Amino acid sequence: MGATRTGRKPPRVGDQPLFRRMLIGIVLVIVALLIVAPLVVIGVEAFSKGWVVYRDTIIHPDTLHAIGLTVFAAIVAVPVNTAFGVAAAWSITKFDFWGRRFLLVVIEIPFSVSPIVAGVAYLFVYGLQGVFGPMLDEYGIKILFAIPGIILASMFVTAPFVARELIPLMQAQGRDLEEAATSLGASGWRTFFSVTLPNVKWALLYGVVLCNARVMGEFGAVSVVSGNIRGQTNTLPLHIELLYHDYQAAGAFAAASILALIAVFTIIAKVALERQGAGRVRRPALVTSPAEKAQ
Amino acid sequence: MKIRLENVVKTFETFRAVRDVSLTIESGELVALLGPSGSGKTTILRMVAGLEYADGGHIYFGDQDATDIPVRDRGVGFVFQHYALFPHMTVAENIAFGMKVSKVKREKAAIEARVVELLRLVRLEGLGDRFPAQISGGQRQRVALARALSVDPKVLLLDEPFGALDANVRHDLRRWLREIHRELGITTIFVTHDQEEALDLADRVVILKDGHIIQQGTAEEVCRNPQSAFVMKFLGDANVLAAEVRDGKAYASGAAIDVSGMADGKAELYARPADLDWSAQGPGIPASITRVLDRPDGRRVLATTETGDQLEFDVEPERPVKAGEGGFVTLRRAKVFAL
Repeated sequence: MGATRTGRKPPRVGDQPLFRRMLIGIVLVIVALLIVAPLVVIGVEAFSKGWVVYRDTIIHPDTLHAIGLTVFAAIVAVPVNTAFGVAAAWSITKFDFWGRRFLLVVIEIPFSVSPIVAGVAYLFVYGLQGVFGPMLDEYGIKILFAIPGIILASMFVTAPFVARELIPLMQAQGRDLEEAATSLGASGWRTFFSVTLPNVKWALLYGVVLCNARVMGEFGAVSVVSGNIRGQTNTLPLHIELLYHDYQAAGAFAAASILALIAVFTIIAKVALERQGAGRVRRPALVTSPAEKAQ
Repeated sequence: MKIRLENVVKTFETFRAVRDVSLTIESGELVALLGPSGSGKTTILRMVAGLEYADGGHIYFGDQDATDIPVRDRGVGFVFQHYALFPHMTVAENIAFGMKVSKVKREKAAIEARVVELLRLVRLEGLGDRFPAQISGGQRQRVALARALSVDPKVLLLDEPFGALDANVRHDLRRWLREIHRELGITTIFVTHDQEEALDLADRVVILKDGHIIQQGTAEEVCRNPQSAFVMKFLGDANVLAAEVRDGKAYASGAAIDVSGMADGKAELYARPADLDWSAQGPGIPASITRVLDRPDGRRVLATTETGDQLEFDVEPERPVKAGEGGFVTLRRAKVFAL
């Protein structure tokens, strides 16, 4: 642009052509090696033994059961974590209470803890040698190596997703809108559904999409608590590992392609939601213009 | 509705925002709470609204003790500094919101008629279908006012209503609010840190500092008769000179002023820029001009006295004054406060 006008422009900071090309080149190579190549391999390997093997792997009862269990875990874990996330974001941003900042930190813990640690911890809480294990066993309730354990572990890992999307946005929006609604006579529920929710709906959906993707893909925590019983407590990611260890590489990749497909849809949904303004800290939708601000 | 605050106290954690404030607002009065930031003015307003609860004392609406009535049932119209319009609703929906959620059920047609009526009152006919982001700041503030008025509040509360607007719009809205108040006669309290706004608009100005009421009265009373150096300084530009009171006269930098009744001792003399004048010959306070600032309505002169005090005063635009000139500052009137 400017180059045609002045012929040659002094480079801005970090704008020397050599530096720019090198940096972009390095990034492209890393992306190709680290991200693109493995994804391509999934597609190629899944069909390496032909379409029939691919189809047979997918419609094998164990695979179908794993898909079903993964979907079921998501159906339970995502709504529960959504409700929790909304409640947590609401209480943290709209109320003042003792321990508020601490709660904010605690909610984020699942992000920083390795999922396998979560799995092991559940083992010690609900296992037969654990804290609640013997009591639950007495009533015949089985949590570990059963579906409830899988759901609990998934929920632990994905607990922060919705809250994390909502908290910064609701913090930026402040309490004015809710106070205005209440002063006009609206009840708490009415305020939430008519005023708060419409203003955070995109961020909420964004959190739900990310939460769902993670529940379906969760491996570490689930692998500890599920027991890997084929056709019973095997989720899709666990099933992939199982197939791989059985030297059924094509089958493993075929199952993996389903997860990859979910990832593709997640990304599409994510981009679509970002277009609506979710996923980044937005200032309240109603901001004053700079001229007004200056006063 | 008459509003009465009795020994109201509010503490945030360790910060005592409001300390023992008692205040009566007559029915139909337009009162300004004026003070610097941190003076507790917004907290008082929010306690009247029920958005904050008082830690001590009582707030009466008429004869009813409203101290513990929640905001939802208190029947106040609150206008927020940043409008707090619902961004996902149109202007008309914003105004209708209070009527829709009210415990008093209204016919749909009645609500629509009232919205039209309110839009006319705030002179926004035809903008009902716009969203808040599509109208100007001044228009948003008027929508906020219409929305607050829609529920027929007993009292109208405005928190820095013009604080986020530019100077011209602010000026127009001020007059317009005064008109609306005259038309509706609703008891109104507004908070501001802008002295001019408070003095122009309010029947009575309540000046606050550190959670206390320092002085209250009509614009004339507080301007002509400030009771303390704080009020004198806060209401407008003021020159300060160290003074000494002896035998009913205050002496400052060679000028003397009559202060009969004041006890002897150290004091401070305050004079507005318009209270001072400039002359080439004495008597007066010897000074030299350091700068001349030309303004649309006159000239502001900055001068330094021989004792090193800085003085500012206004002269007529025709007066030939130049930086570097020497002369004498004379005192037309001044206020003296003991230290």
